Amino acid sequence: MTSEMFQLILMTVVTAATPLILAAIGELVTERAGVLNLGVEGMMIMGAALGFAGAYASGSTTIGALCGIVAGTLMAALFGLLTIGLAINQVASGLALTIFGLGLSGLLGTGFVGLKRDAAPQLHIQGLSDLPYMGELVFGEDPFVYAAILLVAGTAWFLSRTRAGLALRATGDNHQSAHALGLPVRRTRFLATLFGGACAGLAGAYLTLAYTPFWSPGMTAGRGWIALALVVFASWRPWRIVLGALLFGGATVLQLHAQAASFGLPGQLLSAAPYLATIVALLFLSSGARRNAAAPAALGQPFIAPR
Amino acid sequence: MINEREMHAAPLLSLRGIVKRFGSFTANDQISLDIHEGEAHALIGENGAGKSTLVKIIYGLLEPTEGVIAFHGQPVRLAGPEAARAQGVGMVFQHFSLFDNLTVAENIALVLPRKTPLSGLRDRIAEVADRYRMPLDPDREVWSLSAGERQRIEIARCLLQDPRLIILDEPTSVLTPQEAYALFETLDRLKDEGRALLYISHKLEEVRRLCETATILRLGRKVGSCDPRQESSRSLAALMVGSAICDIRSPATRDLGSERLTVSHLSLASEDIHGVDLDDVSLSVRCGEIFGIAGVAGNGQSEFFAALSGERLAQSHEAIRLDRLAVGKSDITERRKRGAAFVPEERNGHAAAGDFSLTGNFVLSRHATVGLISRGLIHFGKARALTAEVIATFDVRKAGEDPAARTLSGGNLQKFVVGREILSEPKILVINQPTWGVDAAAAATIRQALVDLAARGAAVLLISQDLDELFEICDRIAVMHEGRLSKAREARGVTREEIGLLMTGDGPEGSAHAH
Amino acid sequence: MRIDLEPRPARTLALDIGAPIVALVAAIIFGGIVIWLLGKSPTLAFEVYFINPLLEGWSLQELAVKACPLVLIAVGLSFCYRANLWNIGAEGQFITGGLLGGWLGILTHNEAYQGLIGGWWILPSMLVLGAIGGALYALIPALLRVWLGASEILTSLMLVYVAELGLDWLVRGPFKDPEGFNFPQSVVFDDIARLPFLAEGERLHAGVLLALIAALIAAFVFARSLFGFEVRLIGEAPRAARFAGFDDRKLTLTVFVISGALAGLAGICEVAGQIGQLTPKISPGYGFTAIIVAFLGRLSPVGILVAALVLALTYIGGEAAQVELSLPSDMTRAFQGILLMCVLVADIATRYRIRLRLGAAA
Repeated sequence: MTSEMFQLILMTVVTAATPLILAAIGELVTERAGVLNLGVEGMMIMGAALGFAGAYASGSTTIGALCGIVAGTLMAALFGLLTIGLAINQVASGLALTIFGLGLSGLLGTGFVGLKRDAAPQLHIQGLSDLPYMGELVFGEDPFVYAAILLVAGTAWFLSRTRAGLALRATGDNHQSAHALGLPVRRTRFLATLFGGACAGLAGAYLTLAYTPFWSPGMTAGRGWIALALVVFASWRPWRIVLGALLFGGATVLQLHAQAASFGLPGQLLSAAPYLATIVALLFLSSGARRNAAAPAALGQPFIAPR
Repeated sequence: MINEREMHAAPLLSLRGIVKRFGSFTANDQISLDIHEGEAHALIGENGAGKSTLVKIIYGLLEPTEGVIAFHGQPVRLAGPEAARAQGVGMVFQHFSLFDNLTVAENIALVLPRKTPLSGLRDRIAEVADRYRMPLDPDREVWSLSAGERQRIEIARCLLQDPRLIILDEPTSVLTPQEAYALFETLDRLKDEGRALLYISHKLEEVRRLCETATILRLGRKVGSCDPRQESSRSLAALMVGSAICDIRSPATRDLGSERLTVSHLSLASEDIHGVDLDDVSLSVRCGEIFGIAGVAGNGQSEFFAALSGERLAQSHEAIRLDRLAVGKSDITERRKRGAAFVPEERNGHAAAGDFSLTGNFVLSRHATVGLISRGLIHFGKARALTAEVIATFDVRKAGEDPAARTLSGGNLQKFVVGREILSEPKILVINQPTWGVDAAAAATIRQALVDLAARGAAVLLISQDLDELFEICDRIAVMHEGRLSKAREARGVTREEIGLLMTGDGPEGSAHAH
Repeated sequence: MRIDLEPRPARTLALDIGAPIVALVAAIIFGGIVIWLLGKSPTLAFEVYFINPLLEGWSLQELAVKACPLVLIAVGLSFCYRANLWNIGAEGQFITGGLLGGWLGILTHNEAYQGLIGGWWILPSMLVLGAIGGALYALIPALLRVWLGASEILTSLMLVYVAELGLDWLVRGPFKDPEGFNFPQSVVFDDIARLPFLAEGERLHAGVLLALIAALIAAFVFARSLFGFEVRLIGEAPRAARFAGFDDRKLTLTVFVISGALAGLAGICEVAGQIGQLTPKISPGYGFTAIIVAFLGRLSPVGILVAALVLALTYIGGEAAQVELSLPSDMTRAFQGILLMCVLVADIATRYRIRLRLGAAA
C-alpha cells in the first residue's frame, strides 16, 4: 500500500469519526451536568435535515451548519423543558425526542430527497497541505474536523479550568448540595443540555454537508446512540472521546473496505459490526467500580427543588 | 455587655413577623428575633418545629411569604444564598453541602464571590486552617474524608467569606465528643472576633455551654426566648416539647440468658466505592440484652447492618449465628424465618417504599413469615388486618384508610416500621438509628418498645450515633470505628469520654483488635 | 420563567384516567398544528386519521389486528418499565421471535415432516419457538447488565440493528424461497402453520385472543401476586426491595425474559398471521410504538389494551393519509413522538401541581 493511499484511508477514518466526536462531546457536557439525554439520535437527524435544507436553500455550507445547530438546540430545549422544567423521567423523554425527531425530520426533508450538493470543501494551505505522508491528513481536512477538535479542546479547558465548568461538574455530582449553596441547578443543566443539542445538530449537519452530501430519511443510522455509548467508553473525559471515535471510525471504514473486497462474509454481518462494537465497548468500561467512579453521581436523576 | 451594645447599634440581623407557607401548611408563623454582633443565639425546637425553614429563609434559600428581614436595621430582600453571603451570612449545613468527587479546594472555590482569583486560594485555605487549628488538605477529594474533616471544609468555606453571622445547623450530630470540644473552641474564637452565631441544636447541654440567648420554636411558632445559661436542660426541654417528657421505664433486673446473636470474625468488603470495609468484627448479644453500637456515621455501620440483615451475605456461613445456628450465607428472608427482625436507618426507600400503601409496606418485610402468601398470591385481607394492628398498637397517626407511606410524618412512619417488626415478636432485633429525625414523643415510644421487647427475652442490637440514647437504654456498648468494633463495655461502668475516644480510634486499645 | 412543582397529596382515580385522555387530546392538537404548518387541512387529517377507520367493519378488524402485536409487546414492556429496567429493544426481540418461529414454518413447507402425525403440532411449536427466540434475545442485554453492569438501554437498542440486519441476511440467503425469482422473501407457510382466522372470510386471527389473554393474566399478576408486588417494589424503591428479600438480579433476568417472550410471540403472530412468510421488513416499528402504548396505558395491562387501539389507529389512519392527503408515513412517527411527550407531561401532572412563574429566575 502506498503512503498516499494510507493517508487517504486515515482521512476517511477521520471523516467517519467527526460526527461521533461532535455529538459525543456535546452529550458529555450534558451528562457532566447530570442530565442523560437519550435523544441524541433525534437531535442529530434534525440537524442533518435542516442543515441540508438550509445549505441547499442558501447555497452556503456555513448557513447550513448554523441551521443544523439551531435545529439541534431547539430539540434540546424541548427536552430540557420536559426533564429539567417538569422533572420528567429522562430515559422516556429521550426516547420520545428520538421518535419525534426521526418523524419530523422525515416530514421536513420530504422535498429534499434525491437532491445533491457539493460536499464542504477541504482546507488547502499552500505548502503545508502538500507535505508528503501527513500533509493532507493534518492540513487538508474539511473545516468541521478542525471545529470538532477545537470543541473538544475548549470543553476540556472549560470543565477543568473555569469556574463555570467547576459549577457544572458540581451540579452533576450532587444537585442537592449545589442547590443549597445557591448554584442555579436548573439553569446550569438547561444550558448544558442546549450545548449538547447544538453539538448533536452540528454533527447531523456534518453528515449531510460533508460526509454524504445529500439527505435521506433515517440517515443517522444509530450514530446518535453510538455517541452515547462513546461517552461511557470515554469515562466522561473529553480527549478520550476523540480516541474512541477514531476507533469507531476505523471500524466503520474497515467494514466498508471489507465489503468492497468481499471476503465471502455476508455484507449484513459487516454492517452490524459498528453496533456489535458498541456493545463490546460498553462492556469494556462498564464492568466494576471503575465506571461508577467515573460517571457523574447525579446522572439521570430528576431535580425538584426541596422545600 | 450585650445589653450595652443593643442600646447603641441596630441588631446585625432582625426578623420581623416572618411567615412561610407551603400550600396550606404553615411552616413558620409570625417569627421575630434579633441577633447582635458577637452574640451566640440558639434556635431550639423539635423536629418539624420550623427551624430549618427559618434558617433557609435567613440564608436566602427560601423567600418568606410575609415579614421583613433586616441587616443593621436596613430591610433587604434576599434573592438567593449569594445575596445572603453578600450580607455577611455564612452557613454550616447539617447534611453537608459538599461534592464528593471534587477536591477540598474546588468545594471551597464554588461559594467564593465570582471575582475571587482561584490562584491564591490554596494559601488562604492554609491560613484559615492554621488560624482556627483545623488541618485541611486542599487537594484531597471529599469522599475520602471523615465526617469531622468534612465539617472543617464547611466551616473553612464559611470563614473564607469573612462572615458576620454564622449559622450552624446541628453541627455536632456527626462529631465525637472530643471533636465537639474542638469545635466549641473554634466557635469561642469566632465569638471573640465579634462574629455572631446562630446555633441550631436539640442538644441542650451544648446550647447552655455556648449561647447567651435562645429562641424556642414549636409547631412553627415562637413560643418563647430565654437565657439558656439560667435554665436547666430539663426546663428547656419542657419549653421545647410543650409538656414534660416521661422517662423510660426499665425493669429492675434483667434476666440475661443464652447468646442469641453471635458475630465472629466478620470481614466484608464494602460494595460502595466510597464505603467502609468491615474488619474482623465480633460480638454476642444475649437474651434480654440491649447491645449498643456507638460510632460516628460512615464508620461501617450501614455495611454492618447489611451483613447482619442478610442484604449482603458474609464470606463464611459461621460468621453470623442466630440462636447458635449459622446464617452467614442465608438471605434476609431465611434469617427472618429464624426469628430475626431488622429496622434499617433510612425510612424512605429502605425500610418503606414511599408510594406504597401501609398495607403494601407491611407485606414488604413480613410476606414470608406470617403466612401472607399462598401459591404465589398475596392475602391482602390478612395483610390489612395485621397492618391495622400495628397502627393501633403504636398509635400511628395517618390521614385516610390506607395512605401511601410518604404522606406520614417522620415520627409516625418510624413508629410504623418499628412496630411492624416488633409485633412479629422477634427473638433478635437489629435496629439502626431508630430515633433519627423523630420527634421526642415518638422517640420515647420507640425506646420504650425496645426496652419492653428485651424484657420479654429478645436480644436487641441497637446501632446509634446518639450517645444519650445508647446510655439511656443499653446494657453494653461497643464502638465501631473504620469498620472495626471495639470490645464491649458495661454501659454503667464507662464514661462518655471513654466512648468518645474510641469513636476517634484513639481509645486505650488503639486500633488493635479487641477480642 | 420558572416552573414550580408541588407534590399532590394523593392520586385520585379521576386524575389517573383523565391524564392520558388529556394527553391524547393535546397530542392531536399539536399534531394538527404540524399538519397545518405543512399546508394541509388539520380537520381533514383528523377525519382521515381518527374518524374514518372507525366507520367501517373491515378497518375495525384491521385495528384489532394491528393492536394485537402492540398489546403483546407493551404488556411485556410494562413488566420491565415498572421494574425501572429500560428494554427499548423490543423491535429486535420481535424480529428474532418471528425468525425462530418462522424457521419452523419454512422447514415444514409443502407438508414436510407432517407425514406421520399430521401438522397439528406445527403452529403451537412455532408460537413457542417465537417466544423462546424473543426471550433469548432479550436475555443478552439482561445478562450483560447483571454480570457487567452494561447499560441495558444502549445494548438492547444496538441489538435491534443487529436483528434487522440478521433478518435481512437470512431472507436474502438461507431462508430465501428457491423458487421465488430471487425476491428477498421466504416460502409462504402451509395453511396449517398459520394462525387461524376467528371467522370465515374475516381478518381477525387468533393472535388477537392471545393478546387479550396476555393482558388479563398480566393484570392479575400485578394486582394479586407476590411477583407483581416484587416488580413494582423494585422499580419504586430498589433498596426496600432488597430489604424485602427480593433478588434484583434474578428479577432483572425474569422481566427481560417475560418481555422478550411476549415480543417474540408478537413477532411470530405477525409472521404466521398477517404476513404468512418471512420478508426483510416484518415490522413497521411495532417494537418502538409499543413503548408509547405502554406509557399511554400507564403501564397497566388494561390501560394498554385501550392505548394499543389508539396507536393502531395512527397506523391505519397513517396509511390512509398517505393516499388521501399525501402525508408521508413520517407523520405517524412524529405524532407518536408528540403523543409520548404529552403522556409524560400528563403523568407528571397527576403527581405534581405545575405552576408557571413568569419573570422569576430559574
